[in-house]
Amino acid sequence: MTTKRIAAIAMALLALVAACGDDNAGGDPTAIDCAPGETDGNLNFYNWSEYMDPDLIAAFESQYGVDVIESYYESNEAMLSQIQAGVAYDLIVPSDYMVKIMIDEGLAIKLDKDALTNYGNLAEEFRTQPYDPNGDYSVAYQYGTTGLGVNLELVGDAFVPSWALVFDPDLTANFAGGVSLLNDPRETMGAALEYLGYSLNDTTLEHLEEAAQVIKDARPGIATFDSDQYDENLANGEVAVAHGYSGNMIVAIGETENPDNFTYVLPEEGATLWIDNMVIPTISTAPCTAHTFIDFLLDAENGAQLTNWNYYGSPNAASTPFLDQEVVDFYAATLEADTEVITDTGDYEINFTDLFAEAKS
Amino acid sequence: MGPGGVDGRGAVSEPGGAAAARSELEDAARRAEARRGFLIALPAWFYLTLFFVIPLGIVAVYSFATRSSTGRTVLSDWNFDSYRRLWDSLVVEIALRTLLLALATTLICLMFAYPLAYYMATRRPALRNVLLILVMIPFWSNFLVRTYAWKVLLGSDGPVSQLSQALGGEPIRLLFTNTAVIIGLVYGFLPFMVLPLYTALERMDWSLVEAARDLYADGWTAFRKVTWPLSIPGVVAGSILVFIPTLGAYVTPAILGGAKTTLAGDYIVSQFLAARNQPFGSALSMGMMLIMLAATIVYFRWFRPSGRDL
Repeated sequence: MTTKRIAAIAMALLALVAACGDDNAGGDPTAIDCAPGETDGNLNFYNWSEYMDPDLIAAFESQYGVDVIESYYESNEAMLSQIQAGVAYDLIVPSDYMVKIMIDEGLAIKLDKDALTNYGNLAEEFRTQPYDPNGDYSVAYQYGTTGLGVNLELVGDAFVPSWALVFDPDLTANFAGGVSLLNDPRETMGAALEYLGYSLNDTTLEHLEEAAQVIKDARPGIATFDSDQYDENLANGEVAVAHGYSGNMIVAIGETENPDNFTYVLPEEGATLWIDNMVIPTISTAPCTAHTFIDFLLDAENGAQLTNWNYYGSPNAASTPFLDQEVVDFYAATLEADTEVITDTGDYEINFTDLFAEAKS
Repeated sequence: MGPGGVDGRGAVSEPGGAAAARSELEDAARRAEARRGFLIALPAWFYLTLFFVIPLGIVAVYSFATRSSTGRTVLSDWNFDSYRRLWDSLVVEIALRTLLLALATTLICLMFAYPLAYYMATRRPALRNVLLILVMIPFWSNFLVRTYAWKVLLGSDGPVSQLSQALGGEPIRLLFTNTAVIIGLVYGFLPFMVLPLYTALERMDWSLVEAARDLYADGWTAFRKVTWPLSIPGVVAGSILVFIPTLGAYVTPAILGGAKTTLAGDYIVSQFLAARNQPFGSALSMGMMLIMLAATIVYFRWFRPSGRDL
């Protein structure tokens, strides 16, 4: 009796493990054939938080008569684990390197370009990116940079447009407040690598160890490692310099009483450029609605509305005339600046994580 | 089945059969009782199996798997590699630091909670209930919200700093320090220490203390020989309730400590969400559970001689 029960539990367990570990790799994604504007069910939209204008969602819902259910994630990896576990989202917004991983793992469907009537609006440089060379699986959503938000009042004369603002302990000692770094191994180790003059995708162990040492040496000036509230901490004066994403910074700075006291800089040594993309997972149950939604956002005015709402860069070339001048000016220099896109480093991700954990403590 | 069945014929003819029949009835009753017990516990069994045993099993299975170079978990080539990494100096250092922090939090909680529980248990019954409700009031709001409130209190513009400045001192910023983490943890887990201690002290037979005093024990001796040993079950329960969640604390160190010293919880999260190394993250979780189990056993053993009804 007891052994039977144990056996039954073990069987159930194995079945569950098998279901969870079921890798979709290898199998060619079935070709999707959607008509422009076709819908095949409600849209389960899995997105970063504060990234989508609710008015656009409402407009899409009333125009096509479907519901959009939006859920949020706070890291590419958290999203990936949900997709791998088989949660049926219809549209996701992974960043560059994660698009590559999802294509390699067979988690993304090949898009039906015929259903994307507004695809021509997408700026040329965003159609072919190293992570998806032919743009077969992804359509750029928004782009941005990872740089430094600076409280000029607290930093004072010590201001330099360099990673030294966070990594040079002799400089940070002069600030009337600490600095905040992203609690993210790739971004923060990457910033230290850039500061040293290496690529942020460098995987040479000695270089990574040097980068960890930079973070270790900077510790006296570091107040916090934070990926969620750096913008708020910067705006209310809790930190003098914050490492974070462009859009969040502009919004937070714009909402302060005196925005002129703040600035956002891309350090001269080089910074991260990232591109978030719309991808339809193979497990989607409404791939045609997802195509229609992508096409909806590729529309010039809708694309502009999105960008004017979240203050990130727009990959939609046709949107430019409808954009707020502030956003246009802000991102005008970005694409010319010295930036790099993070790529997946495979097994070296472990070195990034471990050296970062060691550097922090 | 046996001789002297349910017809009762055997019971009349021979005494041996009567005993057998009675024991059979007892067996049936026992079986029925066991069945009822099982049925009553069924929802709990179901819940624990579904949400505890199976997930734990998955974690255990994953801890022997391998990370593919794209970060997928490969469920073949089972090996002990992830467990071998548990002896890395980085992991040992993080584990020791976490243990130390959990021990400190538990001790500080005990120091604050014991006098409070003692005070509560020795009040009039009506007042006791009021005090009990006061201890539980913080639970009415979300833990995360309360942790954010501490962020404001301890920040450079917060009341603590302002008070120090008003008194002519330097602005004090406790936010993003280890002190802030301990303050936050002690605050969060204090009620878990107070409640079991209060229960133990409240149901204690206080006439035993009077007896000790009658036998010329001074106040301190009476406490040491009578009250403390009798409150041990509360001390043990409270300490475990504080120690174990503190070991896995993630939110408080992240918000109040600025994630500046890597603790076990933070390190495990980074395995799943940054390195995408589920096997190693699982092995770390299993290792942590073993430490918790060992600590609990040691704790119970340690206090057994004096605590009677453990």
